Amino acid sequence: MNPRRFKIYLGLLGLAMSGFVAAEPESKSLIKDFKFTPLAVKAGTTVTWVNRDDEPHTVVSDTGLFRSGGLDTNESFSYRFDKPGTYQIHCTIHPRMVATVVVSPPS
Amino acid sequence: MSQDKLLQSRRAALKCMAYGGAGTLFVLAGGVLTPVDLALAGDYGRSDAKAGRLGKPLFVQISDTHIGFSKEANPDVTGTLNRTIDLVNGMAEQPALILHTGDITHLSKPAEFDLAQQLLGRLRTTELHTVPGEHDTTDPTVTEYFSRFGKASGNKGYYSFDHAGVHFIALINVLQFKAGGLGTLGPEQLAWVTADLKGRSSSTPIVVFAHMPLWTVYEPWGWGTGDADQLLSPLRRFGSVTVLNGHIHQIVQKVEGNVTFHTARSTAYPQPMAGEGTGPGPLKVAPELLPTMLGVTSVTARPHPHALMLSDSTLAQKGDA
Repeated sequence: MNPRRFKIYLGLLGLAMSGFVAAEPESKSLIKDFKFTPLAVKAGTTVTWVNRDDEPHTVVSDTGLFRSGGLDTNESFSYRFDKPGTYQIHCTIHPRMVATVVVSPPS
Repeated sequence: MSQDKLLQSRRAALKCMAYGGAGTLFVLAGGVLTPVDLALAGDYGRSDAKAGRLGKPLFVQISDTHIGFSKEANPDVTGTLNRTIDLVNGMAEQPALILHTGDITHLSKPAEFDLAQQLLGRLRTTELHTVPGEHDTTDPTVTEYFSRFGKASGNKGYYSFDHAGVHFIALINVLQFKAGGLGTLGPEQLAWVTADLKGRSSSTPIVVFAHMPLWTVYEPWGWGTGDADQLLSPLRRFGSVTVLNGHIHQIVQKVEGNVTFHTARSTAYPQPMAGEGTGPGPLKVAPELLPTMLGVTSVTARPHPHALMLSDSTLAQKGDA
């Protein structure tokens, strides 16, 4: 591939990727003071949980759909919710930490 | 106890706090297991009258080493574990066993387990029995703990063994979490305990150890095990039952009939007393206060008529302003 073509290719790829990212709904959720925040998102949204506590947490689906590893301070875990429904999550280190993610059909 | 002895005990307890962690030593005295602060452990195994009266060191309980933790509450958990190990190794007579009641690591990372094993390998007492804490089982596949320590239990997490006429039962209560609930033993494990105890003489001293408290210390923080009451029924007929846990990084004790419940200090960092603050995270204190705070948060809920030495912690807690 000649260098000029390669640059164009990269440019196109960049465009394609930025478009791709913009089209993907995202939601960021902070874990703080031993609490999850309940979430309501559209199907197709990627939810990213960020641990803001000094204590590690995990984000685990009650039904076993997903399970993060231990998240230390400022570490994060993402999961894309493709199907509408109500999802229960909890932290395996602090099982009293529970929350619901309500996923509605895409508009 | 005379005023003199109170002061002596308190001094010893304060000495223990200075180590900023340490473990708990158990001696078998007249068939009753008595927990003792490690700072006093140097006296054990000597031939003097005091040691003879108190019995032979049987095992040391180490808990919540949290290798991998490096936050403000204690940036050097390796150092405090090393000091604990030096203390144990410095005992005049070595205990036959070491029990680790979980949270060996902070985040279940392979490197954390490797370092923990390397550090614990320095113990002169080589017989180490472990149970996992919830911090040891956070890896997505829950395999790091079991690949290293699972052999004793056939990877189930629960097992039993006998030593010096004492029957030890290791239990796991950090795996089958129901969301919103406390720790869980589960029907399979409970049935196994009942079968394991069947046919044993009621005079056999029993030691049960698991990570999370096997009684409800504080439900809002999950400091308990939801189905632990079912564990008690097969244990009640035994004359001496000692239930040892970690998890809450402070000493709390309860006596119910012949069953003594006891939680150990952490070697890593203190946690707040039940319900104080936003949650059961590391308690940050000024570095020079760390040892003191570890001591202060070491609470004995109720004095046990037999556990004379453990009352040191109570006295220190009460005696300190």
